[in-house]
Amino acid sequence: MALSQDVDAISLSFSGFGVDEKSIVTILGKWKPEERKSFRKGCEFFSNDDDRHFEKWNTDHMAVLKREFSRFKNAVVMWTMHPWERDARLAKEALIKETRSYDIIIEIACTRSSEELLGARKAYHSLFDHSIEEDVASHVDGSKRNLFVALVSAYRYEGSKVNDETAKSEAKMLCKAIKNAKTQNPIENEEVVRILSTRSKLHLKAIFKHYKEMCGKTLDEDLEDGSSLEKAVQCLSSPQAYFSKVLSASLKSGADEKTKVALTRVVATRADHDMKVIKEEFQKENGVSLSQKINETTHGNYKTFLLDLIERAA
Amino acid sequence: MATLVVHEQNPSPVEDAEILRKACKGWGTDEKTIISVLGHRNAYQRKLIRQAYEELFQEDFIKQLESELSGEFEKAVYRWILDPADRDAVLANVALKSTTPDFRLLIEIACVHSPDELLAVKRAYFSRYKRSLEEDVASQTRGDLRKLLFALTSTYKYDGKEINKNLAALEAQVLHELIKEEAFSHEEVIRILGTRSKAQLVATFNCFKDQQNISITKSVVGDPDDAFLEALRVATRCIYAPQKYFAKVLRNAINKLGTDEEALTRVIVTRAEKDLKDIKQLYYKRTSVSLDHAVANDTSGNYQALLLTLLGSEDH
Repeated sequence: MALSQDVDAISLSFSGFGVDEKSIVTILGKWKPEERKSFRKGCEFFSNDDDRHFEKWNTDHMAVLKREFSRFKNAVVMWTMHPWERDARLAKEALIKETRSYDIIIEIACTRSSEELLGARKAYHSLFDHSIEEDVASHVDGSKRNLFVALVSAYRYEGSKVNDETAKSEAKMLCKAIKNAKTQNPIENEEVVRILSTRSKLHLKAIFKHYKEMCGKTLDEDLEDGSSLEKAVQCLSSPQAYFSKVLSASLKSGADEKTKVALTRVVATRADHDMKVIKEEFQKENGVSLSQKINETTHGNYKTFLLDLIERAA
Repeated sequence: MATLVVHEQNPSPVEDAEILRKACKGWGTDEKTIISVLGHRNAYQRKLIRQAYEELFQEDFIKQLESELSGEFEKAVYRWILDPADRDAVLANVALKSTTPDFRLLIEIACVHSPDELLAVKRAYFSRYKRSLEEDVASQTRGDLRKLLFALTSTYKYDGKEINKNLAALEAQVLHELIKEEAFSHEEVIRILGTRSKAQLVATFNCFKDQQNISITKSVVGDPDDAFLEALRVATRCIYAPQKYFAKVLRNAINKLGTDEEALTRVIVTRAEKDLKDIKQLYYKRTSVSLDHAVANDTSGNYQALLLTLLGSEDH
């Protein structure tokens, strides 16, 4: 094989989502010192501007490499861990790491069943000697705090009984709160927080239906784009559409790490639940199947693992 | 310690069910038998009796009792015979349905129980009322009181003994500052009371006492009619010294002109299998009268007999 082709293959295997272990083993393992030197001289991963003129691996790229090699490991760990421990650890990380991602807290609080969320809260006790609501309350401040604490504390009724009269009147309350959005941010409206964090998911579906009939648009269309409230409503009304959006963003080219890491999370946490519907939503939204997009964008064992997890749901 | 007296050798649940059946059927009801059987059975035994009664006679024993008994006695027996978690769910629902919800009861349930006991109450509430306890608490209360009650009932606190001394000292200071400014319903107060574990809060309240030379409950003062302040005091008492709190509830229930049977029944029925003995001792210490004596003076008939039995009184 021509060296330049090999170089291209190796560069590709080192860049992007996951690492193409096969190419690395077959190609890189065969290179002699001169070939490796050629690679270092010509490749962007290395810099040659050191005073002593040796071809140094860029520290940034080292970090990227470390991350990409870990992607498969992280996927395996997340998949194997008990879902409760997994959700508890995700929540803790979302609160304290530098790249604060409170969205994950909303995701966990709103898309898990009542017993799953409870389990995660129990796991949190065991792992961190605090309750999840303690930590959320002390880390999230400002107007978001009440909503977040209320959402993680929820232990919703999961039966089928819904009081339609109450649903109608609560939809009206939400309409009013949205109309007054200029005077009071809906996230600070106690009634909005109460309704979203205590009512059962079926009851909420009824409310959202009535809201659309009364106000013309769906509730999440009326909420500020990207706001925590909008995300909470999306997660509560249609989790699969929400997850499909998250996946689309993570697979777009140029996505940052914070967005990319969602791919592993969504696949590992939903493969056994509603992946089938998520795949359908993805196809609708993007015109390509999720498997195809993952096939194009990711590499190596990471890719194979994800594709297997997604296919289980077929 | 419990005051419930359960004999070592008991008839089997089936035998008990038959005895109770005889006590209920026919003209009139043999309340004494009902008291002497049910008053000496613990929660598990009572459950078995209900099941045995249902299997033997295809009737719900509780419904049978409701139709045979009346008045304060009936209310007390009904509460006594339910499963503890179910009982609290019923009490909570009753408290919430009244025009001015009885927040005392809700705070007792939220703060005195362990997190897992509170969870059992919530599950029982689902079963009975097809809604969550938090939903109803949130929709039936308003304003600051809602914030506090909702925070206390929806939480699933850490149950262990681990505490952070520095955090306790810090949060005691925070509470002191806010209390000084009379910002009692401040977010931070609610955050601390609503999320920190019992062990952590006890440590915090101890730090408060060390720092300020006054207990936190005594420092929450203001308008005596302010319901929120009262709720705050109830919460701190229930967290810090629940038996003393219950002894006080009993004192208030008995001292009144006329007796507050609702409160009297509630405390005796819910604590008989837990710490009613300690509560009795505190009651005596404070009033120099034994609780048995006070109850005997203030109540009568079958109601009195049941309460005295649950109190472990000697001739009952």
